[in-house]
Amino acid sequence: MADFIAFATPAFQPQLRCFHLNGPAVAGSLIRPWVWRDYRKERNSLHVKSVLSEKEGKLPRKTLAFECDLEYLSILDEMGEADADMVPEIPDELLIRGFRTMLSARRFDERRLKLQRSGGIGTFAPVKGQEAAQVGTIAALGQEDWFVPSYRETAAHFWRGTEPADMLIYDAGYNEGGSLAENGRTLPLAVPVGTQMLQAAGLVYAARQLGEEEIAMTYFGDGATSQGDFHEAMNFASVFDCPVVFVCQNNQYAISVPLSRQTRSETLAQKAVAYGVHGIQVDGNDIFACYVAAREAVERARSEHRPTLIECVTYRMEMHTTADDPTRYRDDEEVERWRERDPIERFATWLKARDLLTDDAIDEMEDEISDKFDEAWKTAQSRMEELEKTAPIFAHMYAEETPELTRQRERMEAGDGPGWWDNG
Amino acid sequence: MAELTMVEAINLALREEMERDERVCLLGEDVGVDGGIFRVTKDLIEDFGEERVIDTPLAESGILGFSIGMAMRGLRPVPEMQFSGFSYLGLHQIESHASRMRWRTQGGLQVPMVVRMPYGAGVRALEHHSESREVFYAHMPGLKMVVPSGPRNARALLRAAIRDPDPVIFFEPKASYRAFREEVPDDDELAEIGKAVTVQKGDDLTLVAYGAMMPRAREAVETLAEDDITVDLIDLLTLSPLDWPTVTASVRRTGRCVVVHEAPLSYGPGAEIAARVMEDAFLRLKAPVARVAGPDVHVPYFAREQTYLPDCDRILKACRAVIDY
Repeated sequence: MADFIAFATPAFQPQLRCFHLNGPAVAGSLIRPWVWRDYRKERNSLHVKSVLSEKEGKLPRKTLAFECDLEYLSILDEMGEADADMVPEIPDELLIRGFRTMLSARRFDERRLKLQRSGGIGTFAPVKGQEAAQVGTIAALGQEDWFVPSYRETAAHFWRGTEPADMLIYDAGYNEGGSLAENGRTLPLAVPVGTQMLQAAGLVYAARQLGEEEIAMTYFGDGATSQGDFHEAMNFASVFDCPVVFVCQNNQYAISVPLSRQTRSETLAQKAVAYGVHGIQVDGNDIFACYVAAREAVERARSEHRPTLIECVTYRMEMHTTADDPTRYRDDEEVERWRERDPIERFATWLKARDLLTDDAIDEMEDEISDKFDEAWKTAQSRMEELEKTAPIFAHMYAEETPELTRQRERMEAGDGPGWWDNG
Repeated sequence: MAELTMVEAINLALREEMERDERVCLLGEDVGVDGGIFRVTKDLIEDFGEERVIDTPLAESGILGFSIGMAMRGLRPVPEMQFSGFSYLGLHQIESHASRMRWRTQGGLQVPMVVRMPYGAGVRALEHHSESREVFYAHMPGLKMVVPSGPRNARALLRAAIRDPDPVIFFEPKASYRAFREEVPDDDELAEIGKAVTVQKGDDLTLVAYGAMMPRAREAVETLAEDDITVDLIDLLTLSPLDWPTVTASVRRTGRCVVVHEAPLSYGPGAEIAARVMEDAFLRLKAPVARVAGPDVHVPYFAREQTYLPDCDRILKACRAVIDY
């Protein structure tokens, strides 16, 4: 029995990967930096061990020792004071870039809220409150790696270089806003909750198969951890040694449903344990904690090909989307308590205390951001004027338009519906 | 030239495509060591290794979502759903992502994957192992939906599907997996997706079928020939995009049309074909279009599954009713 227990505990896991160097013969060969282990040997050894254990008669009831450490990390507190020993070494310009990105995302929310209320764009999902969770994590990802978002990652998108004008065109209801940047390893928004994480695992599995070392960072919320796909993704990533960083932004709500109704788990990070995945919970409004956890996860992904689940405990300070009224399910006092934990303010306090940022510099930054969004909206408007002249609803359905779609398109262009009769 | 069953022919197609293109990978439940529960992937793990023939955890959504990621990054995954009746656990990955990714990204990303799954009744299996839900997939924009009917076209279509840049749902009629052998040519035969085949020419009636209904339709055509009734027998092979010119040109010539499918009657392919025939051949019709389909019930447990399935007698009765109309 002892062997069986050991087999199931994380401490034994390194031995699970002892077959790395002897993969089976492969017809044709891609250059692979990493060789598969022969899982068939492992399966057999597990089978033998469990049968022997039963024969030894030590069952049926015994406590299984289960080693499990779950870290919690917080570096920058609500007052903007940090544990100096734990603050990661980050070049000043990167710190400022991080701050600017967070501020931009928040101002973009405000700008979009006005545009939405005046009819300029449609529904969107504000990011306010989650800027540190996003910027802190995405900053650890390489530009050659994959960013696999859900639909609220405005701050992470800005860090990756997604153009605000494209986002506005998307928000205004044009498919063209979803075009990918050239060579962009940023996936489009995934609206069905929790469905994108499996794709992140598949992406990096494929990259390895093609001889490339790429990792993926995928984003989702607390609600997504109730979805089967989240569990399947963690499981696939672990079983196939996929270098994926799972970033859970636990913002306390799935539209109106609070975390207490999603799960009875004390943390979301602990869900990693069942899959043999490293889990860590961090203060999601603390950009340093988010960054350190993400950097370690990225390192684990690159050097060990192992996934990590990071739970960023944060708060959605605005509505779920502009179609939502949060006063129906939470009170102002709660929002106020989280406002005191604002990720941008505490980062600003820390930066100012180190003379890396001044009020004048923030004002200047605000003006630049404002001008940038003015410009982006102008660009979006002029592009939309052009787009309005076209109605390419049949575009990009297939690599080549099918004869059936051609027929439907031509009928619609002639003013008929897609289904009509020819002269029989 | 070899005489192969459909299982062997599909295995051959997978092997050929994996040899031709290193990007082709298989994944699914039991596809590796076990060679698939129907042995469709037999021996492939030995020859191509377990990083290309991947035994996955038991999770249909996982298999499909993972495959979509693989396809977007440049591989050509061929995931297997062990039975089409289990594919619903991953239906959202197909509808929400595989079918939409090209469109969503304005051509920036594509999902060239082939989802293979056995479908249909007639092998005395358990619940969920016998249904025919091709319409679920044929109804989704952005997908292609292929249903071979015999070893030769299964091999040629699967090879084409794997080379196709769009996601293809590949329904394998499991009742035909080992029911008969067929000569499969040695050359690189490729079928064209979206093309139906007129397997027999005739003047009196157009009979449209596909998949596991083809052997029964052929039997009916042979019986009708004894009464000097000649039939245009069309094997659709692709349900989406369907080869409408072949179907409607035939009906315009014969003036009569019978459609056979084992999927339930309502909203089935027969309904779509009847509507198209009306749009494109109404004035040539000598009789209403007849549908020979499964009833709108779940496929009964196997003791009664043949009662559910359209058989030669039901097809003959419909054909004669249309001829005598």
